[in-house]
Amino acid sequence: MLNVKDLNVWFGQPPERVDAVKGAEFSVRQGESFGLVGESGSGKSTILRAIAGLIPTWSGDIAVDGKPLKADRRDRAFFKTVQMVFQDPYASLHPRHSVDAVLAETLRLQGMDNIDKRITKLLDDVGLGKGFRFRYPHQLSGGQRQRVAIARALAAEPRLLLLDEPTSALDVSVQAEILNLLADLRAEHGLTYVMVSHDLSVVGHMCDRLAVMQHGRIVEVMSVDALRRGAGEEDYTRHLIRASGGYQPA
Amino acid sequence: MSNTISRRDWLLSDAPQTRRQARLGAIYQGWLTFRSNKLAMVGLIILVLLIGMAIFAPLLAPQSPYAQDLGARLQPPSAAHWLGTDGLGRDIMSRLIHGSRITLFIVGTVALIAPIIGLFIGTVAGFAGGWVDQVLMRVTDIFLAFPKLILALAFVAALGPSIGNAVLALALTAWPPYARLARAETLTIRHADFIAAARLQGAGRLRLLIRHIWPLCVSSLIVRVALDMAGIILSAAGLGFLGLGAQPPMPEWGAMISDGRTYILDFWWVAAMPGLAIFTVSIAFNLLGDGLRDVLDPKGDKS
Amino acid sequence: MTDAPLLSVRDLRVTFPTRQGSFQAVRGVSFDLGRERLGVVGESGSGKSMTGRAILGLVRPPGQVTATSMTLEGQSILNLPDRQMRQIRGGRISMVMQDPKFSLNPVMTVGQQIIEAYRLHAKAPRDAARQKALEMLEAVQIRDPERVMNAYPHEVSGGMGQRIMIAMMLAPDPRILIADEPTSALDVSVRTEVLNIMDRLVRDRGMGLIFVSHDLNLVAQFCDRVLIMYAGRIVETLAARDLHKARHPYTQGLLSSLPRLEAPVDRLPVLQRQDSWRDGETLMPHADTDLPGGL
Repeated sequence: MLNVKDLNVWFGQPPERVDAVKGAEFSVRQGESFGLVGESGSGKSTILRAIAGLIPTWSGDIAVDGKPLKADRRDRAFFKTVQMVFQDPYASLHPRHSVDAVLAETLRLQGMDNIDKRITKLLDDVGLGKGFRFRYPHQLSGGQRQRVAIARALAAEPRLLLLDEPTSALDVSVQAEILNLLADLRAEHGLTYVMVSHDLSVVGHMCDRLAVMQHGRIVEVMSVDALRRGAGEEDYTRHLIRASGGYQPA
Repeated sequence: MSNTISRRDWLLSDAPQTRRQARLGAIYQGWLTFRSNKLAMVGLIILVLLIGMAIFAPLLAPQSPYAQDLGARLQPPSAAHWLGTDGLGRDIMSRLIHGSRITLFIVGTVALIAPIIGLFIGTVAGFAGGWVDQVLMRVTDIFLAFPKLILALAFVAALGPSIGNAVLALALTAWPPYARLARAETLTIRHADFIAAARLQGAGRLRLLIRHIWPLCVSSLIVRVALDMAGIILSAAGLGFLGLGAQPPMPEWGAMISDGRTYILDFWWVAAMPGLAIFTVSIAFNLLGDGLRDVLDPKGDKS
Repeated sequence: MTDAPLLSVRDLRVTFPTRQGSFQAVRGVSFDLGRERLGVVGESGSGKSMTGRAILGLVRPPGQVTATSMTLEGQSILNLPDRQMRQIRGGRISMVMQDPKFSLNPVMTVGQQIIEAYRLHAKAPRDAARQKALEMLEAVQIRDPERVMNAYPHEVSGGMGQRIMIAMMLAPDPRILIADEPTSALDVSVRTEVLNIMDRLVRDRGMGLIFVSHDLNLVAQFCDRVLIMYAGRIVETLAARDLHKARHPYTQGLLSSLPRLEAPVDRLPVLQRQDSWRDGETLMPHADTDLPGGL
């Protein structure tokens, strides 16, 4: 489904150029859920944004469905295959667009018909009733906003969903609801997930395999079983797993 | 259903049933916020009165603004002439009432032209970036480098003195601050996640600009325009005062002050009355702008 | 109870007027703080941060703070005039906020800020204040305090920024430290370090710590006692090590909705909120369970 090979992503021009991702390599199978974990600044979100086409400055190979992507342009077919859910539901919805406007515009852009019916279906799918259709973002809670963002991503009926810390801005009880929703949607629509998170337990819950990142490099790719056993091959992985276990008194 | 709940509840509903209800609800919310600002309401009332005055000027004015009566020149305020008469014996109140049309014309036209030029140039510059941004912003800087009135003077001198040219000159000199403001807003919005999300749906640049960026810039521009309106009125009055705006015998407020200047020490009302009118309207616009800021400023969205 | 509590709060309420009437963000919170680490846990909107702000007198108008009593070492600190409150704030009660990026002044060096904060309360001469600042930076395990003193906030990392905040806040020897999500902006690997430093300083000085957080597990591991807040009220207080024995359905729900590495589940249990939690009774531990921390 997704193949990333020797991916480098950088920001800025040579004197101040920052290499955010260096030689990343991983592949995600159809129907799999793949995690990218690491601490802030490790480049995990940058990889996601480069795949989505939001960062034009990268080199290497990214292939979706075996088709290689160009550096700066994404075509219509790409947007129908790959969609993204962002970290902060307060920033990812236009403050002056109602739920209805957001979904209608998305559906129209994706060239869908039956817009009215589809909006109802999408809202249903993400567990928001009809009552939410004409609300504005400020009339929604964080969890509800994230559901709208997920509905927007699903509007194109994509097969690969890029999830950028979809629950880190939410309360734990709401996080549970969103994670359940994402799991249900994956089963229902046969989606493939690439999920970025700093929270190992969330990745452990959602994913089959994961890549551990540090300073822009992928340190290792491991199975979730290995993560649960705390059996990282690299020191950094083991350190990260230990630290996420919580606070240990000195 | 509509019988069981009050209109207010319907408008303030958290779960609107239709697009129309949602839109009206949003407007009503804004109105409630605006209404809670008492001073802004005062401003609004003054402006509504001004508009009413302009519309019904021929009915309200006791005399023709042009009727001269040299026998009754420079009369102090009295029962016959509430605000007195000017150097040619014209009734100052009638001239003020008719002058409100000119004031509104100036304000309305400038308020339409300047922010739209500014919005367009600012958002395009901010959104496109690169050399487009450089070129547009340097042009803006050139305009900003001249004092506004001097630049307007130059324009009017070139185009010929008339009220229309004065307005055009004012509009052409007033846009650069709006362009700067719109560009700054665009720069902060440009990298927002909701823009990224729209791009991921395949939205083109034009759509992003018009549907997503403009609605967010417009509100702060409206606020800014309302606050600047006082300055525009004063600039227009300034041009009128210098004889480069409205031409005699038009009852333009600035020109009226200019006429009264010769008698200012002995016959104060000739200059003071139009001055008071300009002052009142300017302050009304300022108060209105303040209230609009409460309503429109996205940073004020606390709910 | 071995000695009088440092801080005692009874029936604290914070009310905000809104268009639909008044809204109570905190609705009758009562607790005592001794020389202990007290965790205050809840979701966003539960009133946990507002409680901390109310104690420090940082609730801005039109918000109103009322309580039957709020005393710091026996002295009432409820709605004191601004001047007196400023003396207490930073002098006897200090606060560490979530993100050091926003709590440090970006145009002053770290050293200037610590010295300033210290002199404001200790009225010490400049040299002594400087000495104190260096000491404090050392106490929060900053290796090269001289260099850090001359650094600007943007030149230090998040973890170091938070340690600097702790140094600054503890310099005037306050009795109580209120830490509002002090580690949620930090990466997990620096989190432990910052907590350890905070813990040691608070313990050595016999201070009381109020640790406001949304992270139940962290609080359970770090604190002695936990208050669980829901909709502006305390629904349960527990000894931290008994958290897994929580009896309130809200606490239980919060705990079980967390995914856990060592105990994988197919679906996460979802919290079913009940209206009765809003006004039900507060669950307290049994009298025979002794509470650590002198209470």
